[in-house]
Amino acid sequence: MFGTGLLKGLGVTLKHALDTFEDDRESVPDRYRGSLELGNNRRVIQQPIDQEGLLTIQYPEEKRLLPERFRYIPMLIWDSEKQEDRCTACGICAKVCPPQCIWIVRDSDENGKPMTRCSDFYIDAAVCMSCSFCVEFCPFDAIKMNHDYELAVYDRYPQLVYDMAELTVPLEYYAALWPTQYEEEQARRKEEEEQKRKQEEEKAAKAAARAAAKSAAAAEESAGAAPRRSAAELQALAKERAAQRQAQAADGGGSDDDAAAAKRARMEELKRRAQERARARKAESGE
Amino acid sequence: MAEAPVSDLGLSPELADAVVGTWAEDTETAYVIAPDRILDVLTHLRDAQGYDFLSNLTCVDYQGYGGKLRGDVSERLEIVYNLYSTRRGGGSVALHVRVPADDTVPTATSVYPGANLQEREVYDLYGIKFDGHPNLRRILLWDGFHGHPMRKDWHEAYYEEDAKPFRSRHPKGDYEFHEDKLPWAKNTTYPAGWDPDSWQEAVAYVPVSQAPQHENKPHLDTESIVVNLGPHHPSTHGVFRMLTRVEGETILALEPEMGYLHRNHEKIGERNTWLMNMPFTDRLDYLNSMSNNWAYALAVEKLADIEVPERAEYLRVIMAEFTRIVNHAWSIGFILNDLGALQTPALYAIEEREMILDLFEAVSGARMMCNYMRFGGVVRDLPEGWHEQAAYLANERLPRALDELDRLLTENEILRARGRGVGYLAVEDLIALSVSGPMIRAGGLAYDIRKAEPYGIYDRFDFDIPTLPNSDIFDRYYIRLLEAKESVRILQQALRDMPEGEILGGRGGYTLRAPEGEVYGRLEAPKGELGFYLASDGKTQPWRYHIRSPSYINLNALGPMSVGYKVADAIVILGAIDIVLGEVDR
Ligand code: SF4
Ligand code: SF4
Repeated sequence: MFGTGLLKGLGVTLKHALDTFEDDRESVPDRYRGSLELGNNRRVIQQPIDQEGLLTIQYPEEKRLLPERFRYIPMLIWDSEKQEDRCTACGICAKVCPPQCIWIVRDSDENGKPMTRCSDFYIDAAVCMSCSFCVEFCPFDAIKMNHDYELAVYDRYPQLVYDMAELTVPLEYYAALWPTQYEEEQARRKEEEEQKRKQEEEKAAKAAARAAAKSAAAAEESAGAAPRRSAAELQALAKERAAQRQAQAADGGGSDDDAAAAKRARMEELKRRAQERARARKAESGE
Repeated sequence: MAEAPVSDLGLSPELADAVVGTWAEDTETAYVIAPDRILDVLTHLRDAQGYDFLSNLTCVDYQGYGGKLRGDVSERLEIVYNLYSTRRGGGSVALHVRVPADDTVPTATSVYPGANLQEREVYDLYGIKFDGHPNLRRILLWDGFHGHPMRKDWHEAYYEEDAKPFRSRHPKGDYEFHEDKLPWAKNTTYPAGWDPDSWQEAVAYVPVSQAPQHENKPHLDTESIVVNLGPHHPSTHGVFRMLTRVEGETILALEPEMGYLHRNHEKIGERNTWLMNMPFTDRLDYLNSMSNNWAYALAVEKLADIEVPERAEYLRVIMAEFTRIVNHAWSIGFILNDLGALQTPALYAIEEREMILDLFEAVSGARMMCNYMRFGGVVRDLPEGWHEQAAYLANERLPRALDELDRLLTENEILRARGRGVGYLAVEDLIALSVSGPMIRAGGLAYDIRKAEPYGIYDRFDFDIPTLPNSDIFDRYYIRLLEAKESVRILQQALRDMPEGEILGGRGGYTLRAPEGEVYGRLEAPKGELGFYLASDGKTQPWRYHIRSPSYINLNALGPMSVGYKVADAIVILGAIDIVLGEVDR
């Protein structure tokens, strides 16, 4: 009969409408199941795969919970344990970047010798295609993908060309965004460090053994000759050295503290600059 | 380099001397044909050998090529033809014609009408003229564009270097905009003798030989007028223009006009390293980045002989079939939109798309620009809980949703009245016009590369190629629903059988140097045959990077399908081709 197909189709829309209506009358509609209430109608929603009813999310009050692997614009990692930038300015990320939007200035010491850190690091966020190749190929875990996607500004330049201060985030921030990957990475890094330490120890032990053998040989050789210093003299010398070493160690500890303080200051400075930048950007874009 | 026997083509003695050289790549034999004999050879292959489908036609500029000379012919430009048989299935025969720059070659449109758009593209980007072409105008660029940009000696406005990585980025990279160094005033040059003030756009149509003759003449003797549909209009699915001549409401002629989204993807691709092109392929058909990734990976793997581990093969199939469902749901929704069923079917159809995109995001990090595959596998394994969610979708939610869509639409009398018999074109004509994908299956031909020339592990799955007999709008809608259901079947099997193990084979990193040679790799993308033609001279960049995009080539049929129907029908005829402008314009 003419019209049955139409009616059948309308039945589907009716069912949709009723289902949604019913779902919305529940105390917790299906789309809010398992979501995070932030108050003031603000929510972080994790849509379950078997969700029924209305699927729409009221952005910006409601936002989706992003999966860990979500990639947007890269960020640089400040290793807060070691108090240093992880980036070594090796330039690999700039080389693999498909649209070539990473620009790195390698730092150099006062003699002009290149150092393993960068003095600046730019990413043009307007050009970046969020491919995450830089992350995949960085050998030092120094660059990771940020989840922050609300980047709108009025002008491309300079607001969308991020410099090092804007790109740098502390390790904890990364650990919070990428928990699974961070755990794996930490485990791997620890293991690598352990191995390195072991190798170094072995090397040191071997060197010591060699040195001992050598000095033993030298001692044997010189045994024939007359001793240049008396045993008492040698003892006094050893004491003196030990005292020296101790003093040095105390000194060194002091300078370690100084270095740490300097690093902390730099961290604070970075944070402050980032905030300033953000404020300036907002002001420039007329917010 | 083994000599390939000319007799493979079954050429008669008179034709045998048309072949001026051959060489054998690892995979397929290639023949160099004398330019003035190409039509004879094409006609022979089509009529006597059953190669009825001109899949790929493109050009390569060999100026400065570092590899060795092939087939003992040294002219600068080379036109490549890849022919297939839709009846027999199987691999291609590749013909090459080498000519000096600015030379003329006879057009293949008289043998394969589907050469139309592809020859115009070659003319536009390389400057080869095709003798006898019905409408040899620039297609992606406008007439005031100076030069032919795909030639190796042409440089773009912000030219830095021939190949990435650019040296200015590290270790002294100081951020600069190249725009600032190159003010527009100095960048605007026109072709010699071309005057921007007196220029007028040509209004020209390809004579439509395939269109069916419609008897009903207009009742009134009216004057025909030219109407532009688009380029800025929702019904053209992007920035796309249909140049139509109408009499009353009836379309007398229609010509697709494109290039508004052209960014010379292929030139960028030749500056990029092999791997860098992967995220760029996401931006072609941006609804289906997974199958774009796969098509490119497939071609490179064929060229560089890279193995793909078992689990990765399964992951690829899973992603590709999810993508097909996404695409078909989207396209069904928008066919209905174009018919005037505004938004309700479209929004119902894309509900499950959201769920699939969530899954893509969880595994790859992005909903649409997935950049998920690499040469030799995929880049990330599944996160925790992904498999269960996907299985729930494939086993329960998707079958239910597709059935519901079926109930909502298929028997709807209005849809039938509007879709039946509209946009008809016989399947033979569609093949001759190089149309591929759901359109020819809606015309009754069960041609699907997953069966005709299986790639990946498609030979392991139990699925059918649905076909419908009528080759009209309604069948083009319905075939997509049926195909989506078959995809669900494949998904169920793939998710059930997927083994544990490696996901990425060894040597496809960013330093890949693909061995010298050329390759054409193709797969059945949701919109039709998606192919990548690549040539390498052993460097870290592809020498030639060409995309045979189904959206673009299927537009060959738009004019012939629309003539004789109403303006309102032309909108949905375009909708049922299912184009994405990122892929059309590249
Ligand atoms: S971010 Fe990584 S790859 Fe890039 S320069 Fe720093 S250390 Fe090298
Ligand atoms: S995400 Fe990709 S495009 Fe963006 S900076 Fe990294 S490598 Fe470059």
